Amino acid sequence: MHILRSLLLSLLVAIAAALPARAADDAELTRLVDALGAGGFDDTSAQIAALAATGEPRVAAVLELLAGGDLYVKKDGGAVVAATRDGKGYRITDPLSGADLGTVDRSAVTKIKINNKLRGEIKSALGSLTLASTDPAARMTAAETMFKAADPESIATLDAAIAGEKDPAVTEKFAEARAAAVLASDAGEADKLAAIAILKERGDRDALALLRAAAAGEGAVAEAAATAAAHVAQVLSFWEAGQNVWYGLSLGSVLLLAAIGLAITFGVMGVINMAHGEMVMLGAYTTFVVQEAIRTSAPWLFDYSLFIALPLAFLVSGIVGMAIERGVLRFLYGRPLETLLATWGLSLIIQQAVRTVFGPTNREVGNPSWMSGAFDLGHLAITWNRLWIIIFALAVFAGLLAVMRRTAFGLQMRAVTQNRRMAGSMGIRTPWVDAFTFALGSGIAGIAGVALSQIDNVSPNLGQGYIIDSFMVVVFGGVGNLWGTLVGAMTLGVLNKFVEPYAGAVLGKILVLVLIILFIQKRPRGLFALKGRAVEA
Amino acid sequence: MITRLLIERLDARAIIVVAVLLIVAAAVPALNLMLPADHPLHVPTYMVALFGKYLSFALLALSVDLVWGFAGILTLGHGAFFALGGYVMGMYLMRQIGARGVYANPTLPDFMVFLNWKELPWYWYGFDSFAFAAPMILLVPGLLALAFGWFAFRSRVTGVYLSIITQAMTFALMLAFFRNDMGFGGNNGLTDFKDILGFDIQVDTTRAALFAATAAMLAFWFLVATFLVNSKFGKVLVGVRDAESRTRFLGYRVENYKLFVWTLSAMMAGVAGALYVPQVGIINPGEFAPANSIETVIWVAVGGRGTLVGALIGAIAVNFGKTWFTGALPEFWLFALGGLFVVVTLFLPKGIVGTLGDLFRRRKRPVDDALEPQPAE
Amino acid sequence: MDGRALGSLLYLDGVSVSFDGFKALNSLSLVIEPGEMRAIIGPNGAGKTTMMDVITGKTRPDDGVVVFNAETDLTQLDEAAIAELGIGRKFQKPTVFESHTVADNIALALKAPRSAFRALFHLLSGAEKDRIEEILTTIRLAGKRDMMAADLSHGQKQWLEIGMLLAQEPKLLLVDEPAAGMTDAETAATAELLRDIAREKSVVVVEHDMTFVRDLGVKVTVLHEGSVLAEGPLDVVSADHRVIEVYLGR
Repeated sequence: MHILRSLLLSLLVAIAAALPARAADDAELTRLVDALGAGGFDDTSAQIAALAATGEPRVAAVLELLAGGDLYVKKDGGAVVAATRDGKGYRITDPLSGADLGTVDRSAVTKIKINNKLRGEIKSALGSLTLASTDPAARMTAAETMFKAADPESIATLDAAIAGEKDPAVTEKFAEARAAAVLASDAGEADKLAAIAILKERGDRDALALLRAAAAGEGAVAEAAATAAAHVAQVLSFWEAGQNVWYGLSLGSVLLLAAIGLAITFGVMGVINMAHGEMVMLGAYTTFVVQEAIRTSAPWLFDYSLFIALPLAFLVSGIVGMAIERGVLRFLYGRPLETLLATWGLSLIIQQAVRTVFGPTNREVGNPSWMSGAFDLGHLAITWNRLWIIIFALAVFAGLLAVMRRTAFGLQMRAVTQNRRMAGSMGIRTPWVDAFTFALGSGIAGIAGVALSQIDNVSPNLGQGYIIDSFMVVVFGGVGNLWGTLVGAMTLGVLNKFVEPYAGAVLGKILVLVLIILFIQKRPRGLFALKGRAVEA
Repeated sequence: MITRLLIERLDARAIIVVAVLLIVAAAVPALNLMLPADHPLHVPTYMVALFGKYLSFALLALSVDLVWGFAGILTLGHGAFFALGGYVMGMYLMRQIGARGVYANPTLPDFMVFLNWKELPWYWYGFDSFAFAAPMILLVPGLLALAFGWFAFRSRVTGVYLSIITQAMTFALMLAFFRNDMGFGGNNGLTDFKDILGFDIQVDTTRAALFAATAAMLAFWFLVATFLVNSKFGKVLVGVRDAESRTRFLGYRVENYKLFVWTLSAMMAGVAGALYVPQVGIINPGEFAPANSIETVIWVAVGGRGTLVGALIGAIAVNFGKTWFTGALPEFWLFALGGLFVVVTLFLPKGIVGTLGDLFRRRKRPVDDALEPQPAE
Repeated sequence: MDGRALGSLLYLDGVSVSFDGFKALNSLSLVIEPGEMRAIIGPNGAGKTTMMDVITGKTRPDDGVVVFNAETDLTQLDEAAIAELGIGRKFQKPTVFESHTVADNIALALKAPRSAFRALFHLLSGAEKDRIEEILTTIRLAGKRDMMAADLSHGQKQWLEIGMLLAQEPKLLLVDEPAAGMTDAETAATAELLRDIAREKSVVVVEHDMTFVRDLGVKVTVLHEGSVLAEGPLDVVSADHRVIEVYLGR
């Protein structure tokens, strides 16, 4: 946001500063353009060179019109215009500004003739025009276009551009474009081998295509190209696998977030909470409410909205969770199937309540500026929101692990789950430990909702989409084992993304579900099962 | 021998239920067809279809009660078998449309023409004949259940784990049927049916006949279920529900018992789906939604788990309530349904039938003992 | 088959089971002769229940030999097959079919084909009814034949479970703490019942209650940390200094 705004501002300033200078140039430009209308082919050649020498980007449009045979000279006054057929006459426009000059009779204008030699000159003039642009980004884009065109005729232009370039990043791009052109030309073997080395260095899909094309022939060049292509292909498939792993970890972190609360309520307490997804949904709606409040009363806080939403979502979902535990679940302990049904009923009630209050449609939850955008890491495209969610998921996991292992509450929680009667006789208030444990699991689902609101639609059905996946993760990882949940989530995420390219998104998901179903049959207690007599009952 | 078998297996309750169902099977169509529309006892056609829908739901609930009430398998995926039976019937009905579809293609259903398919996929062959489709109604859900159960029961997946994977099963099927490439009409499913067995599906007499068939089929399967639960097989099942390892150590192959009742129940659900589809006129992937399967479980819980007749009462009562709510207070239906789940599990764990039975018998047994089997050991 | 098992009814040699590194059974060896009654004692965690799990097929041993009747390798069979061979098991906590009547509980346990298909069309024969009555008399529950098993007292459930074992007509009974939670009178009656049964069948009793073991008056095996610590008559065993050490600690 900040960056964009400041960019826009600086652009405005630049334009304002450039205005008077431009007015002065305009007259000169018009004069040069109009000159195109006079003389034979040789004159036109000189006039093209003169136009190109201005380095003015708008000249490019005029030259393209000329190459396309769309430039005409008005017989009256000799002004050069762009013309298109319009009924019986021509619709004419100013070639520089594009301003409409009305319609004229066919006899009022004469076409400016060109030949193939001139077309070649125009082409290289066009290339050098953008290559000479003052904006490095425009020069990079031009180099990229020339790279894709791989036209042998642009070699000379590129050589000139490379000689005059000072920015090393742009120079590199120019060199790559030149290499592409050299490879397509009939240049000598040494030049071509050097070009292959440059393309191999570049190592992306486009380079691979060029190298493969060059490898088609015979001789040292083709061999070198084939070797380079093989190398590039290998590196690329490595990066592609890396990208898949990244997508998989990203999906895995979402699964982890959704499942981690369940790892407490189901994994540790053994409560089948079918309303778990709704706890996530409540967290997402808390984010929505926080952002709404910020939008109306304190817009400057928007970038911090998620930090405000996190504790609130934890509280909202935690309190609802505690109410559920005290109000319903505690009467159903030891009856898992009944618990499942009752919590399903609760999930319907919570969904409908949210639908009644907020409406059935998706609510808009915005990304703070630090979560938008993307960057490249090697050949990986990494978006900030995904990166933050992975970090966040791991942080939540680490925090939960610390609560379980290092705090008195965690100790009590583990004591109660291992031996309730013994814990009770040691003076632990087991009903309150139950209530707080369930509230903790629900609260964590709530903060997961804050994160998921950044990448998913915030609607009353948000939670339902996660409930089956969450159970799968917890069961797959091994009930009662937090590390199992982490490994389970990441494994399923990566597996899903590796299956997807072959089977498609939906079929991939089905395939993964079937695999998990089969896996549970093989190892009913999950990846990291607790073995022994106590859990067999 | 056979007469003694039948006499010993049938109880008074089953005879009453079957008698009531047969009377309804005759009475509702009669009141619809024979009385003039302005007669106070006339049953309008839309209600015939509505009641027919309730009865097919009752059959689905009966199939769930058989596995949950008696074998203790809490299925959250029975809607899948129901939907598969429905799709089989839907495929038969689609082929009956013939050239009367929008695209007037004599063999390809409209949606295939729309997708530019040139020929009928192999798995659609034969569905133009009822003689082929009818056994498929049993076979398709039955084979899926057999395969699923074979894996699940052998590896002793029980309790909530089994519930969760049954839910995953129906979820996976839902995703699959939503895809157009599956060749089952994707999102829209199968609809615009014209004839069944040569009769126009829209006319009153066909609808009345479908209703009567549904009631009769429900009566038949009720007898089958009664026979099953009153046999030694049924007693072993209850044994499995209450103390699985005890049953095992007595020498019973628990997985075979479960697999048999599971597969049979899936076939019942398939029949229910096949009866449902011509009466509502459409089958789409939404029928696979896990929520539907869970809703079926609550019908059984409301009526009374493990009582057979309770499943029928629960299915009809809850669906009647749903019809009323969605008409009168649509906003509140989900509150009511959700509340029902909570209230029934908390306060009415034996359901209507079980609770009434206790009142009559005045037995002083703690509710929990009967309903919640303690895991053995 | 292991030649050393000849002549024995149950033969365990070098049986080891471990759960996540914890050795529940550590090279356990035990021989039960046909018609023998054996009491097994040992502190908590000595491996008594795990041993029963191994014999009845619930747990597969990591290592070792388990042979029944000198001919059948039990480690390859599942619970149902082992039960059909003639090994009955009573759990520590009485486990009966609570929502069946007492008579139905026995009926389900009666020796008969166990296949699902046969069960569908099975009718109770006159001989079977007589056998049920006979067993109900033996376990002193004849008057409660139509009661729901759930309504029985704790001790009556223990007896019903023993009755179900009898109905199975096993060659070997494994009985886990039959006297737990019983009154003194019930305990004595249970001991008498087991002695009666032991006239025809082999019985292995796991028990904590020393009075009860004394009432049985049979050879005693002491388990400790998954293997046999001592074996012999109760008086000899209880004088063994290692046994005293294990039970009383130092």
